[in-house]
Amino acid sequence: MTNENVKQALQDLFPAPEPIAEEPVVEAADKNGEEKKTAKKKEEPRENGLVERDHAKHGYDIDVQLDPGELLAAVMIIDKAGFFLESITGVDWIKEDQLEVVYDFSRYDFDTYRIVIRTRTPRSKPKVPTISKIYSGANWHERETHDFFGIKFDGHPHLIPLLLPEDADFHPLLKDFKP
Amino acid sequence: MDLTILNAVVAVVIAIAFAAANAAYLVLAERRGAGRIQRRPGPNVNLFGILQPPLDGIKLMTKQLVIPGGADKALFLVAPILAMAPAITSFVTIPFSDTIVAHSMNIGVLMIFAFASLGSFAILLAGWGSRNKYSVMASVRAVSQHIAYEIPMLITVTTIVMMTGTMNLKELALSQSGGILHWHIIPSLSSPLMPVSFLIFFICSLAETNRAPFDLAEAESELVAGFHTEYGSMGFGLFFMGEYAHIVIGASLITILFLGGWGCPLGLYPGVWWFLLKVYLLIFSFIWIRWTFPRTTVYGLLNLSWKILIPISLFNLLLTAGLLKVF
Amino acid sequence: MSGPVIDIQPGETFTLNVGPQHPATHGVLRVKMEMDGEYIIKAETVLGYIHRMHELMGENRAYPQVLPNLSRLDYLGAMGYTHGHVLAIERAAGIEVPERAEYIRAIMVELNRVASHLFWFGAFVMDLGGFTPLMYAIQDREHILDMLEAVTGSRLTYCYFRFGGLYNDVDDDFVDAARAFIPRMRKSLKKYAALVTGNIIFRKRLEDIGPLSAEMCRKYGATGPVARGSGIDFDVRKNEPYSVYPEFDFDVPVYHQCDSMARYKVRMDEMEQSLRIIEQGLDKLPDGPIMPKKKPKLIKPPKGDYYQAVETARGSFGIRLVSDGTKNAYRFKLRSPTYSNMHLFDEACEGMMIMDALAMMGSLDLVIPEIDR
Repeated sequence: MTNENVKQALQDLFPAPEPIAEEPVVEAADKNGEEKKTAKKKEEPRENGLVERDHAKHGYDIDVQLDPGELLAAVMIIDKAGFFLESITGVDWIKEDQLEVVYDFSRYDFDTYRIVIRTRTPRSKPKVPTISKIYSGANWHERETHDFFGIKFDGHPHLIPLLLPEDADFHPLLKDFKP
Repeated sequence: MDLTILNAVVAVVIAIAFAAANAAYLVLAERRGAGRIQRRPGPNVNLFGILQPPLDGIKLMTKQLVIPGGADKALFLVAPILAMAPAITSFVTIPFSDTIVAHSMNIGVLMIFAFASLGSFAILLAGWGSRNKYSVMASVRAVSQHIAYEIPMLITVTTIVMMTGTMNLKELALSQSGGILHWHIIPSLSSPLMPVSFLIFFICSLAETNRAPFDLAEAESELVAGFHTEYGSMGFGLFFMGEYAHIVIGASLITILFLGGWGCPLGLYPGVWWFLLKVYLLIFSFIWIRWTFPRTTVYGLLNLSWKILIPISLFNLLLTAGLLKVF
Repeated sequence: MSGPVIDIQPGETFTLNVGPQHPATHGVLRVKMEMDGEYIIKAETVLGYIHRMHELMGENRAYPQVLPNLSRLDYLGAMGYTHGHVLAIERAAGIEVPERAEYIRAIMVELNRVASHLFWFGAFVMDLGGFTPLMYAIQDREHILDMLEAVTGSRLTYCYFRFGGLYNDVDDDFVDAARAFIPRMRKSLKKYAALVTGNIIFRKRLEDIGPLSAEMCRKYGATGPVARGSGIDFDVRKNEPYSVYPEFDFDVPVYHQCDSMARYKVRMDEMEQSLRIIEQGLDKLPDGPIMPKKKPKLIKPPKGDYYQAVETARGSFGIRLVSDGTKNAYRFKLRSPTYSNMHLFDEACEGMMIMDALAMMGSLDLVIPEIDR
């Protein structure tokens, strides 16, 4: 039941027509097979919005894409619903000249539900607000993402290299990284 | 006169040799005992590893003694000697039987305690001198631990001295001759709490010798190696041997104070063999305890002493004093 | 123990570097502690001493080439991590796994979990100054390693699972050995309880020490025995069932005391539960192939992203796989459980004495290569 509430709250973040427009298409694609969806995705980057996914196929239930500005609002909803932070990571979409930050949230109780939140930021000046004020555990995850992708987390208390050497000025998981 | 001086010198030399040999071979005994307890053989080359201690000694002596930069050189070098020398010197006054004693003193008990407290001084100097935060923390722990455990130990000894009226170790042992019922560990009318005293004294000697479960000063899992973190070669070797010399003294003191010294439990054939048997049984129990128990905490250790052992030993002192007046 | 009233003047504290080489950290982890005597005022964990960038390796190698990497994450419970990996790729590429292979996987993972917990048990008691249990635990663990070695060919860093199945079938010797092992291990567990769990010093050092509230666990994303010791009933095997775990009847031990003792008890009980799973797995072990008949030659998961969580010995291990439809992963994120569990430590140890803090650190069951990845 909480899950439904969370879903509703997250959906409310977006202007009304968008998710409704998005959702049936993807649902239909899921039923018809994976090919169609991937073909569709190839053409243009995904619009912001909420998509429901098949847990058995993807391992998560809700996939939310939003602007960095809405991130904190979404995370607060998730925090209130009692989710825990599984991980934060980045993906370098070099062709689209964008960096994606991916947040995984899951639940401790048996109503397992995994929410993925992704937000995109331009590659030239990657900047995302920190969620370490809400989830203290995000501190290290964000530092790690900063190490690997060079994404600046705005307001992070201690954004220095965590896994890389302290004087590292490279970001190894960027697709144009040359060792 | 010449003869007695010669006697005394020979006796002192023998006592020191005994202490050193014990310290060396107890290391082997400890390792064999630990091996037995942990289902592994332990050192076993050459007849139960009989050559292990001399070879260890040679190895330690041939190694370089590295003095850390910035360390207080004088203190750093004095500390290991201070750990070993008083321990060996204490043997001079310990009577192994009514004839085998290097030098019988009428303040033997006091002398042994005076030397034993020098041991904690060695740890303090070692920790302070080696310019290592872990060592300093260990030495601070060691000093507070020694202070806390010397008090109940001394109160317990005072009780016994009060009962026997002597501080001479030889006379203390002789006062218990004639079978197990005369030993101080057995409660009598005037001292009903003696088994408890024995337990207190035993625990205190564990703590005084820095043995597990009270080995907070070297707590290898949190303070790396405690006060001897920076010591290598024979500096470490001396600390190591000093620890075992202290153990022998602790066991000898317990034997003399509580277990009738060299007396047989049935009053037959008293002699040095009984003394050694009791000492080594006690040492074995020290080893056994070390490999069985985890380490206590600093506050657990201090609480045990100040809140439990000292009140009990004080009560025992007062009770015994009162009862001695009555009977 | 109640914390001290900390009233520190500037210059009265000192910085203590616990690690990178320190007996209590079990590896190359460094914790910078601001100390007031024996009390910790502030701690900051410094990671990355054995960072090997497995995630990049996962991106620039073909999927099967990454297989051996996963067991290098956690050298004590490697099987669970490789399980997560193959499950993630199978989920993405849609590969069916024969039932026999799934059962053998579960048995192997649980055996490895017992081995991992056994080693933790020994190392944990050694952290507290008791050396002997380590020797006992290692001896029991040796039986497991021998069994696993006979089948998988390696003792610690297994590369036994393949996409769709296994590298090698188990033989009767293994089944007999595993059956013989279970009662022996049960006997050992009783012995450990008698030797260690009831020990008064041991209990005094753990009870009410290192409290981690359930809320704190949630904020940091702690999973596994750390979360279960704080009263959170969370086990991926039950909550998000994968492989053949729904077929097994086992309990998830949960303790509500939130202290180091609770975490200790959770792990000790988990060994018993793992034995139950192994027992049932051996009973139910079906005949059949260990590799699927139809399997793509080249593994190219369709475009999209996939998440797979498994319960390893240390907690919930997740793989986030972003595929672009080629033979290499586009993004290969490893969510290691100890990473989140260790993150707790900085906050939790404030105001504790160093020996209690290190006892708590031991109760988190750290494996550093797995944190640093």
